Amino acid sequence: MLRKGLALAALGFAFLAGPALAATTHEEPKDIHWSFDNPVTGKFDQEQLQRGYKVYREVCSACHSMNLVYFRNLGQKGGPFYDPKYPNPNDNPYVKSLAKDIQVKDIDSDTGDQISRPGTSADKFPAPFPNEPAARASNGGALPPDLSVIAKAREGGPAYIYSILTGFVTPPAGLTVQPGKYYNPYFSGDLTSAWSGKGKVPEGGVIGMPPPLAPGKVTFDDGTPSTVANQARDVAAFLMWAAEPKMEERKQFGLGAMIYLLIFTGLLYASYRRVWRNVAH
Amino acid sequence: MADTVVGANPDPHVSGDDPSRRDFIHIVTGAAAVGAVATLAWPLVDQMNPAGDTLALASIEFDLTKVVEGQQVVVKWRGKPLFVRNRTPKEIAEAIKDDHADLRDPQTDEERHKPGKANWLILIGTCTHLGCVPTFGGGEYGGWFCPCHGSVYDTSGRIRKGPAPKNLVVPDYAFLSDTKVKVG
Amino acid sequence: MSGHSTYEPKTGFERWLDMRLPIVRMAYDTAITFPTPKNLNYWWTFGGILALMLVMQIVTGIVLAMHYVPQVDYAFNSVERIMRDVNYGWLIRYMHANGASMFFVAVYIHIFRNLYYGSYKAPREVLWILGCIIYLLMMATAFMGYVLPWGQMSFHGAVVITNLLGALPVVGNAITTWLWGGFAVDDPTLNRFFSLHYLLPFMIAGVVALHIWALHVPGNNNPTGVNVKSKEDTVPFHPYYTVKDGFAIGVFLLLFGFFVFWQPNILGHADNYIPANPLVTPQHIVPEWYFLPFYAILRAVPNKLGGVLGMFGAIALLFVLPWLDTSKVRSMRYRPTARLYFFIFLLACIVLGFCGAKLPDDPVIPGVTSFTLIDSDLNSYVWLSRIAALYYFAYFLIVTPVLGLTETPLPVPESISAPVLSHPAAAPVGAAASPEKRG
Repeated sequence: MLRKGLALAALGFAFLAGPALAATTHEEPKDIHWSFDNPVTGKFDQEQLQRGYKVYREVCSACHSMNLVYFRNLGQKGGPFYDPKYPNPNDNPYVKSLAKDIQVKDIDSDTGDQISRPGTSADKFPAPFPNEPAARASNGGALPPDLSVIAKAREGGPAYIYSILTGFVTPPAGLTVQPGKYYNPYFSGDLTSAWSGKGKVPEGGVIGMPPPLAPGKVTFDDGTPSTVANQARDVAAFLMWAAEPKMEERKQFGLGAMIYLLIFTGLLYASYRRVWRNVAH
Repeated sequence: MADTVVGANPDPHVSGDDPSRRDFIHIVTGAAAVGAVATLAWPLVDQMNPAGDTLALASIEFDLTKVVEGQQVVVKWRGKPLFVRNRTPKEIAEAIKDDHADLRDPQTDEERHKPGKANWLILIGTCTHLGCVPTFGGGEYGGWFCPCHGSVYDTSGRIRKGPAPKNLVVPDYAFLSDTKVKVG
Repeated sequence: MSGHSTYEPKTGFERWLDMRLPIVRMAYDTAITFPTPKNLNYWWTFGGILALMLVMQIVTGIVLAMHYVPQVDYAFNSVERIMRDVNYGWLIRYMHANGASMFFVAVYIHIFRNLYYGSYKAPREVLWILGCIIYLLMMATAFMGYVLPWGQMSFHGAVVITNLLGALPVVGNAITTWLWGGFAVDDPTLNRFFSLHYLLPFMIAGVVALHIWALHVPGNNNPTGVNVKSKEDTVPFHPYYTVKDGFAIGVFLLLFGFFVFWQPNILGHADNYIPANPLVTPQHIVPEWYFLPFYAILRAVPNKLGGVLGMFGAIALLFVLPWLDTSKVRSMRYRPTARLYFFIFLLACIVLGFCGAKLPDDPVIPGVTSFTLIDSDLNSYVWLSRIAALYYFAYFLIVTPVLGLTETPLPVPESISAPVLSHPAAAPVGAAASPEKRG
């Protein structure tokens, strides 16, 4: 117990009093912009979210779970399939049909056996693996992270995601990359020990995910060209929505609230001046 | 000293100025403050209302092929039991016969099912007395019997005997097809 | 100034209540008629702002507690449920998280105001100590609160800080195990942190009541540091300071709103959106910004126990400040030398905060390597922290006692009303004496 405590403390203190360990590097995320960038007025582009959902569903969901997102979220205000005719997303027929396309696990109410049944809008997005060890076993020991809040869980957010997805390059000569890993300059890592070439150690690291996107891999129903860049851009936007579905509501409420506060503060200032007008202070 | 500096202290009787209290600006500011508090209070109150995931389970779809004639299936809906009963013609006839009997909570059987679907009786399975779950087929009318305090319901779910004040509640539902019904 | 009460109960009910529980009288005397120096500047509005923030945090916190689940498998997801499914949950959560930061912004301004104007000096020593207690309770509350979402930073921050106590000789490990409720930060730790996080703010509220009571005995300090001499030096708290505090609160809320609505995650750390994993340590463990100066002091000392003592010592020193300061003059308005050292102190605190966010061995000036002293290159953040920390301690232990004795202060005005009227009232005939230039 003492050892474990000390080991944990040492781990925590690894950065404190001592030489810095791994000097991890990565390239800064690419400079890319989205419709929702503006902190005051930014909104999601619904069509982009729809295309992004398709990329998630057809490519990413094979390995990445999204445990915090439900099919009904797709039909909520601000979501990819919101229809003002159906304010209650559970009734949205498109959402229901999207859910029905996916099999979810359930228990048979008569026998208690595990079964698969078509999803409903009340269901969560099903996870591709039943548990962590299964996920690691299928991915060379690496755990594909859950994508529900990934856009908020990484510095750079959607720009980082876009950079990773479009950033896979052939490793420069002199860089040893083990099989099952892939060089990506935007992924944080320390390649000092793997570098035997000339010049500076390349920035970035090796990621367990093979380049997931390819030209034409996902057909976009609205005719948008299915380039890797477009797929990456759309799925990153979708992931930003998934991480913060209430973003538009926050900004709209915020604008109203801030304007009100500005006026209110002005009124308070006027009241203050009126109260104090006769007092030398 | 300090007193000789004119205006150093607020003198409420100077030049007929009403001290601060009732100035228009203060009324407007006060009103704005009340508005701000109200706008803040609403989210604090509304957050206790059912959340998105609770509302998601607010309506369910049920497959009627599971219910054999003469039987009922109980499912959970909005945290409460829901009775889905497939009535026999005899049970329907008995219910209609008593349409104008001396009922505590008068209702005709027609009012308690969808037109043309008399065999399907869908009720919230909570006794209107104090909330116990009545047992299927009990009591002299062959409807339901509540074991807690002895309320007896007929084959239309109407209260006939015992302390319950109202008939078993018919929820909002609609037939999506002959074999599927959406409740809630 | 506890003078005699001028409250006159107007209605029959008020008279009846006043005879049994004079609570209306107390509220009246405390917040309506209380004679307050008329020259208080905007730095004095932060007390009111702090009271508002305490109420705001308690209200939003209680609401969040209706939905949050303090169990390791559910905590992170329950917070996300609040963000996604609970009506206005996103608003309440962001208000609570950013509210904590705003609370600390206000408390730091409040503390620095007290340092500058000598508000901790006699007869306000107990008032100051109560304030230090409130500050400690706030830090404990904030620390435990940050653990609750059970993200990577929550977890590993808790690991680092609770492990600190292991540095204490003899009892260290027993205390750490006791605090954890186990052999590591885990479910029992989370559950008890939730319970204590809910409790402490109410203790803070109690100490705040004592704080206001202790304030009202001598009355407020003021920018001149000169005691109130007569009624002409004061104005009733309402409406003069209710409206001024109101205006300051409005401005403060605008800043608060900026964070809540437009940049709700900028003061936090992305890693806290990764669910806690005991087996993976984040590349860079960083506490919330308001703890950074103390984190820097902790890391500045090259010895684990030394660092812990340094960090707690830095806070403990605040408690004895009234006795370290030998100056006869309260306000630094009239102490130009002290004022200079004060601003350097402020700078040192900011530098410490900045260093707390960096890796200790990262170079301050990039690309430059000089020589190694003790364990690190001189051009490193850990050395910058050491210099700033040394100044921090020197300011309290050397500068403050010495300067009070050696400095020649500027002439202090005789009373509050005497000098300066920065807003001479619109006087009709026989205008005011021309205001002296203030010191």
